[in-house]
Amino acid sequence: MARIAGVDLPRDKRIEAALPYIYGIGWPASRKILAESRVNPDTRVRDLTEEEVSRIREIIERDWRVEGELRREVQMNIKRLIDIGCYRGLRHRRGLPVRGQRTKTNARTRKGPRRTVGAKKKK
Amino acid sequence: MGRSVKKGPYVDPSLLKKIQAQNAQREKRVIKTWARASTIIPEMVGHTIAVHDGRRHVPIYISEEMVGHKLGEFAPTRTFKGHADKSERSTGMR
Repeated sequence: MARIAGVDLPRDKRIEAALPYIYGIGWPASRKILAESRVNPDTRVRDLTEEEVSRIREIIERDWRVEGELRREVQMNIKRLIDIGCYRGLRHRRGLPVRGQRTKTNARTRKGPRRTVGAKKKK
Repeated sequence: MGRSVKKGPYVDPSLLKKIQAQNAQREKRVIKTWARASTIIPEMVGHTIAVHDGRRHVPIYISEEMVGHKLGEFAPTRTFKGHADKSERSTGMR
């Protein structure tokens, strides 16, 4: 029913908890939007009036960068770092952590599943 | 935490002097520098600066998008060519 910024519509949740389903809106942003649009954050999504939904939609469209547009911006920022060949760009290129974390252990989020290399038992 | 805006970006004084001298002369010669911590400022765009990586000076052509980064970001100090292959030599030794 409630369709804001593209394809998002979790219906049985409170609107405060439903807005974070939109990429680019977390809990703090959700609360700000609801305060500004004067919608009670405890209303269930299915109980929102058409008019409330459009107020929320309007605010998001006006003040927030969400979903595709936000994803594109992030990608552009990363691409820029890669293109100018700076250290952070090189780290992105190799899929290693960018902000100086250790890589001797951990860093699995960036490196993905473990791939064991070498060190076979001698025979 | 970022640097205080009041002070402005850090640029190595002697490097800055050389850049300004070249801009005044409208010439562009490679400048060698050790000042990896220097911020790249708009005046440097178009110059080629050879930044020390601890061993040699890596020539970096400064483009507009690099403004705001530091020189050192473009001259990596480490060489890592991957781990040694599990080759004849390392396994066959035993």
